[in-house]
Amino acid sequence: MTSIRGRRILAGALTLVAVAAMAACGSKTTDGNTAAGVSADISGDTVKVGLLNSLSGTMAISEVTVRDSIMLAIEEINAAGGVLGKKIEPVGEDGASDWPTFAEKAEKLIREDRVAAVFGCWTSASRKAVKPVFEKNKALLFYPVQYEGLEQSPYIFYTGATTNQQIVPGLDYLKAQGATSLYLVGSDYVFPRTANKIIKAYAEANGMKVLGEDYAPLGSTEFGTITNKVKSSGADAVFNTLNGDSNVAFFKEYKSAGLTAASMPVVSVSIAEEEVKSIGTQYLEGQLTAWNYYQTTPGATNEKFVAAYKAKFGADKPTSDPMEAAYVSVHLWKAMVEKAGAFDVEKVRGAADGITFEAPEGLVTVDGATQHIAKTARVGKVGADGLITEVWNSGQPITPDPFLKSYPWAGGLS
Amino acid sequence: MTVLFGQLFTGVSIGAVLLLIALGLALTFGQMGVINMAHGEFIMAGAYTTYVLQQVITAAGWSLLIALPVAFVVAGAMGVLLETLLIRRLYARPLDTLLVTWGVSLILQQLARDIFGSPNVQTRAPDLLTGNIGLPGGITVANNRLFILALAGGAVVALTVALRFSPLGRRIRAVVQNRDLAAVSGIATARVDRTTFFVGSGLAGIAGVALTLLGPIGPTMGTNLIIDAFLVVVVGGIGQLRGTVIVAFALGVLQATGEYLTTLSVAKVMVFIAIVAFLQWRPQGLFTLRTRSLA
Repeated sequence: MTSIRGRRILAGALTLVAVAAMAACGSKTTDGNTAAGVSADISGDTVKVGLLNSLSGTMAISEVTVRDSIMLAIEEINAAGGVLGKKIEPVGEDGASDWPTFAEKAEKLIREDRVAAVFGCWTSASRKAVKPVFEKNKALLFYPVQYEGLEQSPYIFYTGATTNQQIVPGLDYLKAQGATSLYLVGSDYVFPRTANKIIKAYAEANGMKVLGEDYAPLGSTEFGTITNKVKSSGADAVFNTLNGDSNVAFFKEYKSAGLTAASMPVVSVSIAEEEVKSIGTQYLEGQLTAWNYYQTTPGATNEKFVAAYKAKFGADKPTSDPMEAAYVSVHLWKAMVEKAGAFDVEKVRGAADGITFEAPEGLVTVDGATQHIAKTARVGKVGADGLITEVWNSGQPITPDPFLKSYPWAGGLS
Repeated sequence: MTVLFGQLFTGVSIGAVLLLIALGLALTFGQMGVINMAHGEFIMAGAYTTYVLQQVITAAGWSLLIALPVAFVVAGAMGVLLETLLIRRLYARPLDTLLVTWGVSLILQQLARDIFGSPNVQTRAPDLLTGNIGLPGGITVANNRLFILALAGGAVVALTVALRFSPLGRRIRAVVQNRDLAAVSGIATARVDRTTFFVGSGLAGIAGVALTLLGPIGPTMGTNLIIDAFLVVVVGGIGQLRGTVIVAFALGVLQATGEYLTTLSVAKVMVFIAIVAFLQWRPQGLFTLRTRSLA
């Protein structure tokens, strides 16, 4: 049943990618006008923006929280008078955890609703599905989640971390702690495989040994063998790029095998506050995570953000890195538009470089060349209360380098 | 050596999980021939029962122990309800049963989402079950896996004894072997069906309790497991508990060995190929029930 569904989704995705590719080629060879003719509808006293998140399906758990924080940002901006005197009118669409649906809804938001910008997407697969749509229509997407890097679309702003702002600092931290050998565990898809390629290159250049590398199919919940291999490898630390439900099974197995944060720490890059809640602090206490923001990040801006979020969505709802990045993305767009003095996509892009925003995670700066943002990297430890507290940070925002050009060891990667 | 033993134990415990899930199916699918796609959701019901009980009884050990019989009854009752309302009317139409129970499984998943929310919930495992036992030579055996092994063993023994020696077991076997003859001999086959379904679904509930120790507790947790469980019953041979037990452990060890030598995905493929090859050779499964029934 699952496999048939999977195959259908795959077939659908492939068809759509093919169609989108053909459409993109078509518009290039004929003339740019038909495709590029869509501009934002700013005739009224409001300006529309698109919200594209999965509100149903397997990704809904995570993406709903992102939608919530985007709404919070829009509300704040509207309360302060809007953008260029216009109130923001959000148009929400459900990507339904289905990549072709994301592409379809993106097209609808751009062409029918004529939004000025779209905020959303979570998985790399959904971003890859909508990328040609935004490029064809010359429309803007703000993508709020950490990802595997090695991408730079002129029509996407990446407000989550790229690899040199999350994975590389995480490795730096382990190295500083004296770790000389690693074991890599990940889900079997694009992000973990790319991340592990980078980790292996880093390890080689820094005298660390990678003792093993294992992938579990997405959704897999049987980790007996992997835990056994990890344990017998005797590695100093585990780098974990598992996603979703697999994390629950992995950490339960890890603990019952007698492995602890003290004997063999696990650094995870996909476990934020929300995930800690669903895995259980019993299994995670003391383990490490690498992000740019935690609910406990100090500062008045963050206190205000956390308080506002909890007041609106419930006191038991934690704030997390992707949510914060989504919240920041709306404010950055506003700043870009105001600097450009227009909603026009090309003018907004032109104004982007050097825009700063005092975010809950600290000061962030847009890098116009890569359209990523400079962020501070943070390594945190899961506490008994389920929150993550920082144990290390990079001291200052790290300039984004999606292709790792400034790292000599990464030469063979892209 | 340590790794070898560790892998053997992992294989056996994968087998124990498979067995626990497949036992219920061996009854409803194996003995009654009903393809119940909602079986996985009865597992989910068992897991959520553990969660709910833990909200009331906060001592992790007690709530887990109490959850075992309660989950059995909850999942069993859901099974009886499904049997009485839908499956009974479709006994001669296996394809329709498959579609209807699949629909039911989707409805139950959504129901769980509406009641408990779509994020996973967590239960606290008793401290005794999160540790492990160290054996000489650096070998460790995880307590939760041992517990599940014992639970699966206990369930098999209880079920075998019940089927072989109790009056109810005799009636169930009679209905399986020849429904018409059983009916004319005065056995109320409809009632026997309902009881079989209660026990089969109840076992799924117990599997659900056990799975809270291993994996996530969420609305879709059952769907990942149900295909493997069906395979165990099909390969083991329909109408036979013995086959289910042997095949569950064999597949578990095969899976663990494959995982160790290759990767998780390749191991899965290897297991599937082995199953396809085996069924080419013995389409009826490992053991078959010989009856004088014409059907």
